[in-house]
Amino acid sequence: MRYLEEKIVKILMICSILAVLGSLLFILFITISRGWISINENPGIIFTTPGPRYLLGGEGGFFHAIAGSLYMVVPSTIISLILACLIALFLQSEYSSKRISEIIRLFIDILWGTPSIIYGLFVLTILISFHRRGCLLAGIVALIFLELPIITRYVDESISSTPKELKEIAYSMGLTRVEVSKIILKYSSSGIIAGSLIGLGRAFGDAASIIFTTGAASTMPKGLLSSCTALPVVIFQQANSFYPSVRDHAYAAAFILIIIILILSITSRLLQKKFSKYTVGD
Amino acid sequence: MQENNGIVIRNLNIYYKNNSKNDFTALHNINLDIPKNQITAIMGPSGSGKTTLLKSLNRLHSINNGVKVNGQVIIDGEDIYHPMHLLPELRRKVGLISQKPIPLPTSIYENVAYGPKIHNRLNRKESDAIVEKTLKKVNLWEEVKERLNQPAADLSVGQQQRLSIARAISINPDILLCDEITSALDPISSEKVEHLLLSLKEEYTIVLVSHMLRQVKRLGDYVIFLYMGKVIEQGNMGELFNSPRNKITQQYIKGVIS
Repeated sequence: MRYLEEKIVKILMICSILAVLGSLLFILFITISRGWISINENPGIIFTTPGPRYLLGGEGGFFHAIAGSLYMVVPSTIISLILACLIALFLQSEYSSKRISEIIRLFIDILWGTPSIIYGLFVLTILISFHRRGCLLAGIVALIFLELPIITRYVDESISSTPKELKEIAYSMGLTRVEVSKIILKYSSSGIIAGSLIGLGRAFGDAASIIFTTGAASTMPKGLLSSCTALPVVIFQQANSFYPSVRDHAYAAAFILIIIILILSITSRLLQKKFSKYTVGD
Repeated sequence: MQENNGIVIRNLNIYYKNNSKNDFTALHNINLDIPKNQITAIMGPSGSGKTTLLKSLNRLHSINNGVKVNGQVIIDGEDIYHPMHLLPELRRKVGLISQKPIPLPTSIYENVAYGPKIHNRLNRKESDAIVEKTLKKVNLWEEVKERLNQPAADLSVGQQQRLSIARAISINPDILLCDEITSALDPISSEKVEHLLLSLKEEYTIVLVSHMLRQVKRLGDYVIFLYMGKVIEQGNMGELFNSPRNKITQQYIKGVIS
């Protein structure tokens, strides 16, 4: 009976893996094949901004959305990462008691679980109260809210798994708190990179938090206070079009999004490998 | 014993905050005179307060919450528990080598050069000289001179522990605190580290925590026996091992209590 149970669990495990991998590969195949066909037919769509009749199946491309995504995601990830490191260091320092740290972690977990559209609504409320329209800056702020809890939890976990002796050794060398923190962050860099990538991926793919906050412009972002758009928003708009040629552009935009995520994943793996060679394995 | 020479501890009490109303007293009214340029071994069963006493000498327990200290620890004529005492400066003078060797997440070279570079702005030539001199002092230079830029984590555990000693002495401390530094090592590496400590005592005051009686006999010049947070007996190694005055010390040396 025990051996039968073992076999059943093994079969269930393999079936689960096949189901997940199969669906993942299917999603990738559909997006990449349709996206690639669309880009191959008209490569100009990834280098041009929309013309006047773009959403009616006319001329132009979605370069403004690629630029908008990068302009929003890169600064929001950098700011979130800096804030996440400071919060995580505070949570594990003598400035915070165990109880306070636990309460803060609970809040961070709640924020992590909050649907991103709520952050969009929150930023929209601020914009309305200042009588402002959607802009790049508001998009960056919404994405910071989205990324901060994710990156903070990763950095926190990563720091808490550094050996306690490392902190003692660093303090015993006569280092200040800031110098000790730098060493701890360097030791945890592998986990910090992983957390940043997950935050970055979420930010690149999230439409809900920026759909109200950026103004959905059809031009290149001109400044922090000018409206802009991002790839997921453009995918949403194009996929709803009556025109098949515009719907094809949605797949092309999705293809670009996947390529960006792929490049980021590979870069982060390489960086993780580079940093992990300096840490002692268990 | 002159106060300025070694470490003088007077009426030291250390309490850990408990969830219950009463704090746990880890060290009770400790009075000690630790001699300069000797190896002072602190021995005692598990939970007797050996590591707490060791870490009280460079205030390392203050990095954790819930520790209360009263009493005096005088090093170089100054009470290190005086509120105006600068902790980084104290810890530069009183280095620690921990039980588990953890290299800094960087190269072998940087592990040794990092401390001196932080404390004194050095150029490359000066830091090269310090790295070579320090690694020679811990008998590691010949083994690593060709691969100084490789990660320190690639070294064997025994080499990592000698690197930890090099890192500690690279910033020129007066006192070295050693917390069971051979317990994670194989017998050959332990022997190398013990020889190293014997060679270093001419330059540094060494305080060693060990639960191995044979190691205390081999290395200790002066021995402190702690039991349940109290100093039961202290004295020269030969004296304490050959004619212990206290009954608990006699029982500990015979292995009746552990």
